[in-house]
Amino acid sequence: MNWSKYSAPLSFYPLAGNMIPWFSALAALAMAVGLYIGLLVAPTDATQHDSYRIIFVHVPAAWMSMFLYVVMAIWAGIGMGLKARLSFMMAQAIAPTGAMFTFIALVTGCMWGKPTWGTYWVWDARLTSELILLFQYAGVMLLRTSIDDLRRADRASGVLALVGVVNIPIIYFSVQWWNTLHQGASVSMTAAPKMAAIMLTAMLLMTFGFWMYSIAVVLSRVRCVILERESQPAWGDPSSVPEVAEAR
Amino acid sequence: MNRPSLWEALRGVVRRDLMLAMRRRADVAMSVFFLVIVASLFPLGVGPEPAVLRTIAAGVLWVAALLACLLSLGRVFTADYLDGVLEQMVLIAQPLPVLVVGKVFAHWVVSGLPIVLLSPLLGLQFGLDGEALGVLVLSLLLGTPTLSMIGAIGAALVLGVRGSGLLVALLVLPLYVPVLIFGAGAVTSSMAGMGGEANLSLLGASLVLSLFFSPWATAAALRIALE
Repeated sequence: MNWSKYSAPLSFYPLAGNMIPWFSALAALAMAVGLYIGLLVAPTDATQHDSYRIIFVHVPAAWMSMFLYVVMAIWAGIGMGLKARLSFMMAQAIAPTGAMFTFIALVTGCMWGKPTWGTYWVWDARLTSELILLFQYAGVMLLRTSIDDLRRADRASGVLALVGVVNIPIIYFSVQWWNTLHQGASVSMTAAPKMAAIMLTAMLLMTFGFWMYSIAVVLSRVRCVILERESQPAWGDPSSVPEVAEAR
Repeated sequence: MNRPSLWEALRGVVRRDLMLAMRRRADVAMSVFFLVIVASLFPLGVGPEPAVLRTIAAGVLWVAALLACLLSLGRVFTADYLDGVLEQMVLIAQPLPVLVVGKVFAHWVVSGLPIVLLSPLLGLQFGLDGEALGVLVLSLLLGTPTLSMIGAIGAALVLGVRGSGLLVALLVLPLYVPVLIFGAGAVTSSMAGMGGEANLSLLGASLVLSLFFSPWATAAALRIALE
């Protein structure tokens, strides 16, 4: 099977349309089970009581915020290396979802910080660098919208996304490099997890759910981008064009 | 016609940019005055208590230096972009990243070095003394070239874009944050008696990293802007 066929927006459009329901269903299922285990099955924490349960949203959202940035930069890099239009469209479609997860991670962190640390916000290394990540997403999106020439907008925001990747390891390792208020990672690939298995299950299920959600949303957004850019979509359903314009 | 060597090309770019800057000294003076004015606004706004001023000195001076550097970014490429010199630079047989290093170095000499030289005076106004003052100068000496290097990427990305002055701030300021943290942290920790070496080393590492990567990114951005 020739996979490179799908690098053309023309043939990717229907493929994405076929994949969206599957990823949406997986996302809904994983999130439903994850929330059920996390909120109802997992035991109450001895010191933090029920307020710890926000980690089932907070940690997966924070992971996704960093992961999606790297994925966006990789798509932009592929786009610049191979001069593929679809890669830039993917990068464009990922940015808003990544920014949303960054925002969710920050807001849920604030909500958790108030009962646990006694304050909504501290200028701690991880919080600050996650905030910077939000600004970087904003910068990439703003740069794209302020350049009218699509080709240049794609490549300029791609360069910016690639430059910003330096921040990702800084965020990830900030809790190890600087001894600050935010605790270290609770889960790692190499050591045994420092949390109960049931909590870990819920968190991993939520992460999987968020991941599938991101794929579904990015695919449907990339379909909109394709429709927008290929202004005469003889192959698509022309009646959907006004819908897209409205959804924007 | 024999081709000038890499070193000659680099020297030529630096010489030309410095000469252009010397012909328009008002531009250079502006960013220095900006720094002094911003720094003097804080004692007026916060109040003249020496203890308070000493604690905020490092942060205020670093933020002022960062903003002064940001304001001068428009001068790195814009004039050359408008009169077509930049296009020739992309076309000639010398590697573009090397020419970028030359332009950024000239920009630093014009807008970063005056800040470094002026900082002991401003530090004294804020009640810094002895070792902290030395660390402030050293941190700015290591930090401002990094700011110019990172800023050049942003300046190249927004060439010819509408609202570029504001946009470059939004693009570049997030990337400036680590430099700000290390720079101000060096002064603060030396005032606390811990010595600024750790933060100064990190500043040095940032400088080396940005010296290595930023010319490539800037060159790529310039090619995108000019195609």
